[in-house]
Amino acid sequence: MSEINPVLNMSIFGAFVAVTLFIVFRASRNTNTAADYYAAGRSFTGSQNGFAIAGDYLSAASFLGICGAIALNGYDGFLYSIGFLVAWLVALLLVAELLRNTGKFTMGDVLAFRMRQRPVRAAAALATLAVSFFYLLAQMAGGGSLVNLLMGIEGEVGQAIVIAVVGVVMILYVLIGGMKGTTWVQIIKAGLLIAGALVMTVWVLGLYGFNLSEVLGQAAAQPDGKGQDLLAPGAKYGENTLTQLDFISLALALVLGTAGLPHVLMRFYTVPTAKEARRSVVWAISLIGLFYLFTLVLGYGAGALVGPEEISTAPGGANAAAPLLALALGGPLLLGFIAAVAFATILAVVAGLTITASASFAHDVYVNVIRRGKDSSAINEVKVARITALVIGACAIAGGILAKNQNVAFLVALAFAVAASANLPTILYTLFWKRFNTTGALWSMYGGLSAAIVLIIFSPAVSGSETAMIPGADFALFPLSNPGLVSIPLSFLLGWLGTMLSKEKADPDKQAEMEVRSLTGAGAEKAVAH
Amino acid sequence: MTGTGYERDVGGPSGDQWREVQAGPEFSELRRRLRVFVFPLTAFFLAWYLLYVLLAVYAPGFMAAPVAGNINVGIVFGLLQFVTTFVITGLYASYANRRLDPIADRLRGRIEGTSAEAATEGEGEDR
Repeated sequence: MSEINPVLNMSIFGAFVAVTLFIVFRASRNTNTAADYYAAGRSFTGSQNGFAIAGDYLSAASFLGICGAIALNGYDGFLYSIGFLVAWLVALLLVAELLRNTGKFTMGDVLAFRMRQRPVRAAAALATLAVSFFYLLAQMAGGGSLVNLLMGIEGEVGQAIVIAVVGVVMILYVLIGGMKGTTWVQIIKAGLLIAGALVMTVWVLGLYGFNLSEVLGQAAAQPDGKGQDLLAPGAKYGENTLTQLDFISLALALVLGTAGLPHVLMRFYTVPTAKEARRSVVWAISLIGLFYLFTLVLGYGAGALVGPEEISTAPGGANAAAPLLALALGGPLLLGFIAAVAFATILAVVAGLTITASASFAHDVYVNVIRRGKDSSAINEVKVARITALVIGACAIAGGILAKNQNVAFLVALAFAVAASANLPTILYTLFWKRFNTTGALWSMYGGLSAAIVLIIFSPAVSGSETAMIPGADFALFPLSNPGLVSIPLSFLLGWLGTMLSKEKADPDKQAEMEVRSLTGAGAEKAVAH
Repeated sequence: MTGTGYERDVGGPSGDQWREVQAGPEFSELRRRLRVFVFPLTAFFLAWYLLYVLLAVYAPGFMAAPVAGNINVGIVFGLLQFVTTFVITGLYASYANRRLDPIADRLRGRIEGTSAEAATEGEGEDR
């Protein structure tokens, strides 16, 4: 590890922060109204937004977590990439354009459109905050282990300080730049991340004569690894019936989670029309798909060139696979670049999550639940959003200091399970099922949210196993690590049951307005002209 | 006036007007075209993904069967998931451009035309 040069790593990262902060300052000059702050004036093009979506979505989990999972567990790690990618088809075919046409700033706008405003918005905001919390925790955990590995900083206090600095920079992006600044950070980061992954992929393939089979063979030939098992499914989840069910549960959460992630949904409001929203998803799918193809090579490449022994004993464990591969390939300079990109990844994703959570609180809770939509100026709303962003940023720093060394891909999978359970059923029902009403929405959202969270608390992920968050205790009554298999169908069922059992009729005028608007774009929010 | 979500539709078409459009033949055709395309395709890719997951879980031997060198059935199946995702994305984008956008544009023009005053008012909303 003596080749790791903390000064070099920090300088490259410092340069990234300096450049992006400058851009954020420039972008902030036009941030006046709520539409500017939350939706960047709806002025980004489809391709820009596609890059920003990729920047938002390709989190530390994708880069560090998946590479590590493939390096150590082989094929089973590949499932993450496939689930994360296929999930985008749900967003493309069923959600993105319809949502852009009906909503304004938040997921709550769409969910509450034809329902009773206050209860549904409150539920939507709660779900947004819960998903954002899990996702934030995952990102900050990734940050913690990176600090350990890359900055050469030992000890709790030193790490805590670095996480706090990262958190403060993130808060600056959000407070100063709003959605426009955050989007630019994500665009730049996506470009750097994909370029970095491309270089490493070509490099790894080049070492093996551009023969993927050779890379796989080398990874399997490592003496201290899992051998040929690495190339086929089952290395991690194949043990018994329960682990097999856990794998299915994870797969379900991954594929249905994306279209329910509030920070992904909010990105669709930053473009002027539904057509641009479609274009942005097409761009995002291309970029994200390409990136996940790279992770396949990078994961097995790390297994082959670094070796499972060194990865699992490195500080940060599996999350260190990609940085260690960079070190093995290009020495300290490439490591410094990849490390800076990984930090930028965390920074950009955390900023996106923070702006989403703060928008949901200010727009859904403050304006529509507390003030009941009366006499609130946009200035006030944005002020509340900024204060909320500060609070959430502080929580993220605290969470990051506490949640070190969890596998970040796994933590993100939990966030996906909560999103798929609490949000997706209601989004689909309200867009496509005429009879759906407020009771159904509330049952589905609260039922899905609480089922997912309760099952996580009583799962082996939290207690009762060696890798649990609280390894000492054992209250793991639910056998699966991922709750999706139970909580997602339950949420769909509750939405249907609540609708059928309640005497309340869906508002036919509002339903007509929502359906016509969602499909035609009539009356949709327009771009802000500056 | 600033947007809060509550007053979103003030001055826009009334509920009756929305229902009139919704009941019209053109809108029915738009909805039909969207649904006959996206629902079967969604069913297909979910089933195809599920098949992949179930094979990975319950037929690891089959997935481990070599195809060429160290490339096995599992890797090929995984890469095929990428291929279908890209193909479906392309198919939908071109279908929406050709078959959905023209009707949607026409209907939008008509709806926003009938409430012209409301539309100009709405445009000033976020300024």
